[in-house]
Formats: sequence, structure tokens, C-alpha cells
Amino acid sequence: MSTRLVAGGSVIDRETLVSFTFNGKVFNGHKGDTLASALLANGQTLVGRSFKYHRPRGIMASGVEEPNALVSLGDAGRFEPNQRTTTTEVFEGLTATSQNHWPSLEFDIGAINNKIPRLLPAGFYYKTFMKPQWAWKHLFEPIIRQSAGLGNAPKEADSDRYEYFYAYVDVLIVGGGMAGLAAALEAGKSGAKVLLIEQTANLGGRLAVDDALIDGRPSDVWLEQTIAELDAVDNVTIRTRMMGSGVFDHGYAMGYERINDHAPDNTAPRHRLWRIRAKRIVTATGALERPIAFAGNDIPGVMLASAVRDYVSMFGVSAGDSTVVITNNDDAYRTAITLKKAGLDVPAILDARPEANGPLPTEARNLGIRVETGKAIASVKGYKCVSGVEVCDQAGEGTILETIPCDVVAMSGGWSPVVHLWSHCGGKLNWDEANAMFSPDPTRPPLGADGTGFVVTAGTASGELQATAAMQNASSAGRQAATEAGFNSVDGATPVVIANDEDPMLPIWVMPQGAPYKLRSKSWLDFQNDVKVSDVRLAAQEGFESVEHTKRYTTLGMATDQGKLSNINGLAILADSLNAPIPQVGTTTFRPPYAPISLGSIAGEARGKLFKPIRKSPIDSWQAEHNAIWERVSDWRRPYTYRRDGETTEQAVTREINNTRNGVSILDASTLGKILVKGPDAAKFLDLVYTNMMSSLKVGKCRYGLMCNENGFLFDDGVVARLAEDEFLCHTTSGGSDTVHGWLEEWLQTEWWDLQVYTANVTEQFAQIAVVGPNARNVLEKLGGMDVSSEALAFMSFGDGELAGIQARPFRISFSGELSYEIAVPAAQGQAFWDKVMEAGEEFGMMPYGTEALHVMRAEKGFIMIGDETDGTVIPQDLKLGWAVSKKKADFIGKRAQERSHLQREDRKQLVGLLTENPQDVLPDGAHAVEGGKNRYGQENMIGHVTSTYFSPTLGHSIAMALIKGGSKRMGEVLTFPVGKDRVIKATVVDPVFYDKEGARQNV
Amino acid sequence: MLILKCPYCGVSAEETEFTPGGEAHLTRYTSGSEDQAFTDYLFARKNPRGVHFERWRHVFGCGKWFHTARCTATLEVFGTYTGQTSTPPDNIIAVIKAKRPEWEGFK
Amino acid sequence: MSNAAFILNGAAFEGAVTVTEAGLRGMITLRGDLGSEAMEKAVKASVGVALPKQRKIKSGKRGAVAWMSPDELLLLVDYDQADMLVAKMKSILAEEHHLVVNVSDARSMFTLSGAGAREVLAKGAPVDLSHSVFGKGAIRRSRIGQIAAAFWTLDGEELEVVCFRSVGAFMYDWLSTAAAKGSLPEYL
Repeated sequence: MSTRLVAGGSVIDRETLVSFTFNGKVFNGHKGDTLASALLANGQTLVGRSFKYHRPRGIMASGVEEPNALVSLGDAGRFEPNQRTTTTEVFEGLTATSQNHWPSLEFDIGAINNKIPRLLPAGFYYKTFMKPQWAWKHLFEPIIRQSAGLGNAPKEADSDRYEYFYAYVDVLIVGGGMAGLAAALEAGKSGAKVLLIEQTANLGGRLAVDDALIDGRPSDVWLEQTIAELDAVDNVTIRTRMMGSGVFDHGYAMGYERINDHAPDNTAPRHRLWRIRAKRIVTATGALERPIAFAGNDIPGVMLASAVRDYVSMFGVSAGDSTVVITNNDDAYRTAITLKKAGLDVPAILDARPEANGPLPTEARNLGIRVETGKAIASVKGYKCVSGVEVCDQAGEGTILETIPCDVVAMSGGWSPVVHLWSHCGGKLNWDEANAMFSPDPTRPPLGADGTGFVVTAGTASGELQATAAMQNASSAGRQAATEAGFNSVDGATPVVIANDEDPMLPIWVMPQGAPYKLRSKSWLDFQNDVKVSDVRLAAQEGFESVEHTKRYTTLGMATDQGKLSNINGLAILADSLNAPIPQVGTTTFRPPYAPISLGSIAGEARGKLFKPIRKSPIDSWQAEHNAIWERVSDWRRPYTYRRDGETTEQAVTREINNTRNGVSILDASTLGKILVKGPDAAKFLDLVYTNMMSSLKVGKCRYGLMCNENGFLFDDGVVARLAEDEFLCHTTSGGSDTVHGWLEEWLQTEWWDLQVYTANVTEQFAQIAVVGPNARNVLEKLGGMDVSSEALAFMSFGDGELAGIQARPFRISFSGELSYEIAVPAAQGQAFWDKVMEAGEEFGMMPYGTEALHVMRAEKGFIMIGDETDGTVIPQDLKLGWAVSKKKADFIGKRAQERSHLQREDRKQLVGLLTENPQDVLPDGAHAVEGGKNRYGQENMIGHVTSTYFSPTLGHSIAMALIKGGSKRMGEVLTFPVGKDRVIKATVVDPVFYDKEGARQNV
Repeated sequence: MLILKCPYCGVSAEETEFTPGGEAHLTRYTSGSEDQAFTDYLFARKNPRGVHFERWRHVFGCGKWFHTARCTATLEVFGTYTGQTSTPPDNIIAVIKAKRPEWEGFK
Repeated sequence: MSNAAFILNGAAFEGAVTVTEAGLRGMITLRGDLGSEAMEKAVKASVGVALPKQRKIKSGKRGAVAWMSPDELLLLVDYDQADMLVAKMKSILAEEHHLVVNVSDARSMFTLSGAGAREVLAKGAPVDLSHSVFGKGAIRRSRIGQIAAAFWTLDGEELEVVCFRSVGAFMYDWLSTAAAKGSLPEYL
């Protein structure tokens, strides 16, 4: 049984007890424990169920590579599924629950799947659930989703907060083990700005576990002195609990800092996603130990050999009382030695190699441990926990020689360098035959902005598995990175490491060599996704020869651990099945993040009120206080209507329209874009960007203008006012100010740079307030100030002066068809001006109106709206705006395109007005007109669609605008609009100007 | 994510400060031009594997448009230069020739 | 200008760093040939300092002038003086191609004070804000989170941030969140 040892544990604080719960049971751990070590210390070896077969699962590893021991943490706003116990630090009050079982972890109905694995092989879903087609969606998928999967999705909003941080460094070092620290020492000496990040809470990596002499000092002493040395220099920063999660183009790296996962509180953000730009990145990411594929290798108690000794050395925890070591290399002997020295029982070391006589095996033998070479595990005995191993010859087919009772199996299939970060951005790998692993090829690094490699590997991550060579490699990597980052590295003496030499490992992919199906089908490769040796063989047999195909067919390596333990083994088995060498089969692609990161950290601060900027007008708070029903207009929020008590939204809109048409109302039009265009060539330039002639506009006058793109399509419109001979103010749509400003600058800077023109976006300098309705002039006159009479200020002109004591520029323009002044005042005085207008207008029944009333009134007048009547494929001529397209100008943007035959066709969709047969029927927005017959897809032949549609309170009937094929020739035709099942609306084609065709009302 | 140096404000900034503007050095065809020439101007774009000239705007910065010579395969940036030119400048061409001797030159 | 209101009435947030709405500040956009004598004269006449170098801001008793692009400056002056100075510069620059416009009302401005001010910005701006790179008198136009902004430092610790008025309230919320107590990385 697993338990806490009386002594040992380099990272735990035995003085500090921490209590937590697992499935409701209260356990104690120590400060410094991971959840995994604390569970083992409490004898909890069963922690979850597997994905597909619901097999019992325990803790296999001690770090980020853990495939099995995933739990749900926390509750309510802090609930999070699928968290690795091995990377979760315990804290007082932590709550964890196991996943993927029903009704309980101990007794799981789903484990029935385990009895029928032959019916659930790789590709089972694809083969089984093909027919009938409907059943997938309604029957199979819901059942499968219910039974598969890991933890549940959170139901409540995340109660923590998250943020980004941008950092710029010369050298980023990922990994705080021996290699990372050695590289930091060297890079730091050069004066380069160095940031070293370590994913766990502790520095030292394997030095914390495995003894070595470094420059004559024991490894723990070297570690302590090195950290102190690095802390003392200003240009090196070390941050722990921060994972290098990805490497991207041009020296971009992502650092995932877990600020207070180990001590949740409500002040600091929970995670901080560092966006780091580094001139050079050193990956000192170490190596991961590989499991061995033998029958029953997934039973709780079968663990990585290094993990077993990590728990003893770092946490003072034994994974069990009696451990059989199974290995193909010398390193695993360290586990046996560590256990033995801790007073634990090691009945045997089974070494698949024919002989093992290096210093480590010798030391093990000297400690009295039985070492059996050429041996293998035929099968592990047990279900929810290991009870023993059946031993066989590695060379055979699994004939059992003896059974050794034990409760832990420590396995080691060799080590693989962590090449993920090297590979993320294109670093290439070589196959190292001797160590049976892929390691980085330093001649083919990921390339940066200047075309040189920007990632350097250090230590075991370079493929140097022996400590002495790893140290040399790491020191030189630190110097290389600093030099390449533009600093003079100091060629100091590399620390000399003395550790036990290791004999070569022997690649073992299947155990025993000739394992029959019965054993292969119980030999796990991917523990989380339940992929076994037999599945990969089956995939190869069925023709999935590419590793990427095999991966997707079997789901090998597709679980949340992304195949950290399974990929090489799976690849080797695929290669073996295909009779091809491993490097020829190749690897799957390594993609960021290295290990899962929280979605919250990706969202950063952008949630709730900071999700997306909402632009607010200078009148916004008044509007909020006056019951504005908001509408998003591009990034702005604008009042759709101001609803009064007892009114429906519709009634409010009607009231606002009637008040405007019959009295006077006020509209906040501040969101309209305003762009200043000035210079000797301003008029010439505007002639090029507007379809109409702007150079002929008189100073003091306004003109409605259209802008097209080079395709000839209309994209923005607005009123242009000529402020001076060389100065224009161009109004744009609310959503178009930035686009249009950018558009003008683009043409000025990249095509017509000989023109002397400057532009400035002054949209937000002004509040623009429209006073609209027959009484508009009376209200302005009451305000006092400049002359606003029709003589002084005629329709389509503007003036500069003061109104109500405020600097004002009224424009006589109208989007409603009524007498209208749009008055621009400095934005900071917008509210004051608004208040004065409201006050002066009180006797005339002044009230504000919103965007919906605006829309209805403009539709009554047949005015188009960009985005309603246009969709990026409409030219001005389609909208009866041909009058605004100059025929005199030699050039304007869009002119050449409009000469194309397709844009000249008479049967293009053209703007028409529609009157429904029943005046009370309002056509749905976007309704299609059909003309009978079907196209080749069996759909009705469509001839156009409704672009704007309202009930007009002014006219007492519905009105609509539509784009209809050859519409200008269809006047009087009755069109059919199917608007639902068995329902059609018929409407007559009319002129789109429904109200005051002569424009008498606005021009007074 | 790329880092580009804006030739106008002199900062090396990350891609999120910029907005891409597609292929550089197009010749604009206007009213009365041949259909084919206009079609090519409007729609035909180079998509080379290797050396490429692009337009970028420092939209969150100084607002200026500039040109970038870049390798589409390795993302190496050979240089950035003024937006007010219809051909790449000689110094940029020289840098590219030195780094990509097999490059056929600007066409 | 008694009617003039700024958006948050000078709201302040006291966190790890203090965020304050700076109130109304006169701002003038000036475009033209930055190498011309008239330009030098116009700037000198309005704020009393010489033209700043690339990505620098210079301040004097009557205000400050910031480099915005090779043909654009931003002048920071008293709010009440802006229109007068616009007119003055127009006349000085009358003979050459230029654009000068009062944009005081188009902006919101915030000051960040306290030792961690740079770190607050570094949570949203993709800019190296370390002391050695972003020193006294440096200005940068970039983005903070999703919002376009310009920021500068006049002395070592205090930063000023300017953005469009319409997103001023959002900016204030953003800065206050980033400046919350206990949330500084303590890296820069």
C-alpha cells in the first residue's frame, strides 16, 4: 500500500499540514505536496477511470506527462475538470473528485466495456454507427457522449480573473533544471537580459532526485549556490510555476504562469499568460521517461520508474511496499537503489537486455537486489491494483517462468527528450538509433525574422541523456544564445559533473518480443484514450500507413496529454507493423500548447465589461438615464428607442416618428464619421474617391456623396461640406469612420502620393445633434445666437457660429425628409447643448428619438442605408443613385469597374419600393421574391430580396425596399414572397420614395 | 506572429500593430483600360513560395503604409521600405540577392 | 467653457497603481513638413519648445509636443487655449501645406502613477516598457488590449495615456482592472 515514509521529501514541509478532500473524503497532505503525492501518501492509488473501457486508473507519472490521474477540482465558479493531480499543488480546502465513472469510482457500470474490448477496437465508431444515418445524431452520439469523455464542463462562470503580460528579453530559458540553470549562468554573465521559467514550483529538475557531483559539490549544494548566484544578478530573472507553453514565429513564446493555483485568493489574477519576445530561446526542457508496452501495464500501481523515485525523494512517499522494476536501461536501477535505501522492498529488477553490468546494476546487486536479465513481464496481475507480475523471457512469446508478488511495477522504456518547443515553430528532428529517440537537429532550427535559428536546446532536451554531457551542452547553449542575441559571452569553465556512467539501452517496443494477441490487446500505449498495441497493429493492417492517419484512426496521442508517453511507442509499433524504419514513418506534429492551459488565460482580461470595447457618444449617460433601449451600431451603442413607462418598444418608435413628423424631436447623430481633408489638392483628391464631383461644391455648401471600391461597389456614403477652398469635412456612416479614414490615407500614401492632401479623423471631436421636425427652426431661434433662417442657412448649406452660447456648426441636411439641422458642437459640450435644446424645445413637445425611428423615416423617404440596401455587390446605379455618379470625370475609384459588361446589365438587381397587398402585412427582412419554376437544385427561382421593411406610422401601411432583378422595369408588377410554411405575401412594385416625393418638407 | 520594423516610426513591433494590405507594387488600371489588364489588376495576385513583396500599414502606430520584402516559406524579413515607390529599392534587392542567390529578381 | 465636461469627472482608482482621469486637456493635431522653418516657429510660438525627435515628447511651461509620425505632431496645451493656438499656427503656416485642428474633445486622457505604472500598461500593450527602452520623454502609439492608444512618460514613474473619447470609460475600466492591488507581476 502506498504511504508516507517517516523520512525524506526534499520539497515538502512536514511541519505544515494541509487538509483536502477527494470524493468527499478528508485527507491530509503537507505543504509542497502535489495532489498526486498527497493521494499516494493517503493510500489512494485508484484515482480515475479510463476514457473508453472505464478501466481503473492510478497515478503513473510525477509531472506534466501524467495521462491517467485526472480529476475535477473545485466547485461552482472554480470548478475545473481534467486537472492533472501531478501538477496540482495541494492547499488547505482543495476539493477533488474523480471522473468518468458511474455510480462510483469503486464500482463503475461503464466498466462493462472492458469485458468486450474485442467489440470496441480502433475505428469502432466509424465501422459501427454508419447506418441508419439518422441514428448517429439521435441515438448513438448521445449515448457515446454520455459514456465517454472525461470530466464535466463547468456550469458556472469562472470566478477568477486572468491577464496577459508582454515581456521582451534577450534570452528566454525554458526549464529550471540543471541545464536551464547552467545556461542561465552562462547567458547571464554576458549581460544579456535573461528570463528563466520553470513550470513546477521547484528548481532543479532531476537534480532534486538523482545524485551527482558537480564541480566537486553534491548536486543539492550546487543547486542552492547556483540559484543564489542567479538571484544576485540584475539581468537574470527566474520565475517558477510558469510553463513555456509554445514557441511561435520570430522569437515569440508563450509563458503560462499559474499565479495562485496553489493558494487561491480573490485579489491576484489566477493565471497570467506571458507573451514573450526573445532574441533567443533556450529550451532546457529535459526528457520524459517512456512506458513499456506489456499486458496490464495500465493497472494502478504500474508507474514510470522515475516517478516512483520522485515520490520517495521529493515527497517522502512510497508508491507501495514492494516494487518490481522492469527496464531496458540503467537509469531505472536508480529507482531500485533509492527504494532499497529508503527501506522498501524490491523483489527483483527485470532487465530486458541480455546483460547489465554497469556501475548502477552493480550497485543494485551489491545492495542485495535480485537482477534478472533477458527477462520481461508477460502480464501484470490485478485489476484495481497490482498484486504481482508474471515473468517471462523477453525473447519468447510469454511463457510464464514465475510469478513475483508486488504492489508496484516501476517501468522504464528509456527516455525521450522534450522536443516540443523546439518543434513548434519548425525545428527538425533526427532519429537517434542508440537511444531510440528523436532529438533536435541543431543544423535545422526554427528560423527567425533575420533568417537565423532562434531556438537553442540545452541539456537532455538536446538528446544528451548523460549528466556530464548534458551539462557541457547546456553551458554552451547558454553562451551560444547570448552571443547570437548580440552579447559577448564569457568563455568560462563548464561545471564538471560526475555521475554514474550508463550502459546503452536496448529498444523494447513490445514485451515479450513475440507477444500474442491476448497480451497485445492488454498492452496499453495511450493510457488516457485506451489505445493498445493491438489497435495500432489493426490500423496498419487496414491500410493506415501514415502516422497522422493512424493517430486519427486509433486516437493515439489525441488525449489531453497529447501522447507525451505514447507517441514514440505507438510510432515504433506502427513502423514494426509496416516493416519500415522508425524515422521513415516519422513523427506526428508537435503543436502548442505543450500542456493544456486554461481557457481563461487565453481570454485574458477580455470578459464581462472588458469583453469588447463599446464606443459611447457624449450623450450616452443621459440616454442611459432616459430608458434607452440599446442597439449596437458597429462598435457604438446607440438608443434604438427611448421607451416610456407602459409603452411597448413598437409604440415608443411610433410615438417618436409621429412627434418628429408633426412637431420636433432630437437625435444624437454624434457617431457619424467626420474626416477633415485639407490641402491644395483636396478637391482633386475627393473627385477621385467620391463617385460624384466634389470640386464643384461651393464653400459653405453640402453635398451627398458616394464612395465605391475598385470593384465598383458602393461601401460608404455621407454628406461632404466644403469648409474652405482647400478644406472639406467628409461625413461617413457610423461604422465607417475608421475604414474611410484608412481608405483615404491608403490612396494618398500608396497611389497618389504626389497629391498635397492631409486628412484627420475628427469624428469624436464633435457631438452632432440633429433637431428635426417642422418646429426645428423655432427651437433653434429660441436658443439664441446665429441666424438659422432659410435665407441665412438654406437647405444643403452649413454655418459657423454660436447657439445657446456654445460654439456650433449647424448643417442643413436631412435624413428624415423633415426640416432638419444637424448641429456639431465640441464633444465636451455636447451634453450641455443637448440639455439646452431639450429645455428650449419643451414648449414644442421636444423628445429624443432613436435609430429605429430614424430608419423608418429614411425608408419612408426612400433613402438607402449602407449595409441594408448594400451588401458589397451593389453599385450606385442599382440603387437609383446614378445621378451621383459623375460621367464627366476621367477617373474615380470604381469607375473602371463600373464599365464592365456585367455591371452594365439591365437585369441587375435594382432598388424598388414595395406595397403589400394587405397594408398591415409587414414583409420579413430578407424575404425572397420568387417567380415560379425551380432551379437545378430543386429550389424556387428567386429574383431578389427585401432589404428594408417597416410599418410606416406616417402612411398607415407597411413599406419595404427590395433589390429585384430588372426591378426598374417591373413598376406595378405584383411579386410573390413565400414567408413561411404555406404562407405568401404579395406586394406591388412601386417607386421607393413613399413620402413627400418633391422634398417640400425638408426644403423650407 | 511576425515582427516588422516600421520604416516611418522606426519601431520593431509585433504583427497585431499592423494590418496587411496584400501584394505590393500593383499597377492601377483605370477607365478605358483593356479588360484583361484591369482583371489582372483587380484579381490576379502572386502567391510565391519564397521572396514576396507586400504592403503593410502601421495601423495602431503612426498610421503609415510601407512595404515589406519577406520570404513566405521561412518568414524571413529581408527589409521594410517606403510606401511611396512602385518598385523595390536597390538596397532591398541586394539583400535578397545575397540571401537568395537563386531568386529571379523583381518582376 | 464652463459647459465642458469630461467623461468620468476626474474619477480615480487607487490600486497597486493609481489611475486618474486627467481631465480636459487641450490637444492639437498638426500635420505638415516637420523640417520646415515655419513649423518650428509654429510649435515654438504655441508651446515654447523645439520639435521633438522621432518617438519623443518634449515639454515646456506652456505645454508639450509629441512626435506622432513623420508628418504629424500632437500638441498638449491648456484646454481653453486650443482654439486660439490653432488660429495662431494657421497664420504662421499660411504659406505652406499643413493641417492644424483642435482635437481636445476627441480624446480621453489618464495618468498612471506609482512604481508599477509600466507593468499595468505591459498587460495590454505589445511594447517593451522596461526603463532602459522606454525612458523619460518616450512616446509610443500602439494598442492597450483592444484599444488604440498613445502613451508617454514625462518623468520616470508617471505615465500618461490618451485614447479616443468614446472608449474612455472602457479604458478606465481596463486600466483599473489591470492596476488592481496584488496583481502586478513585479518584473519590469
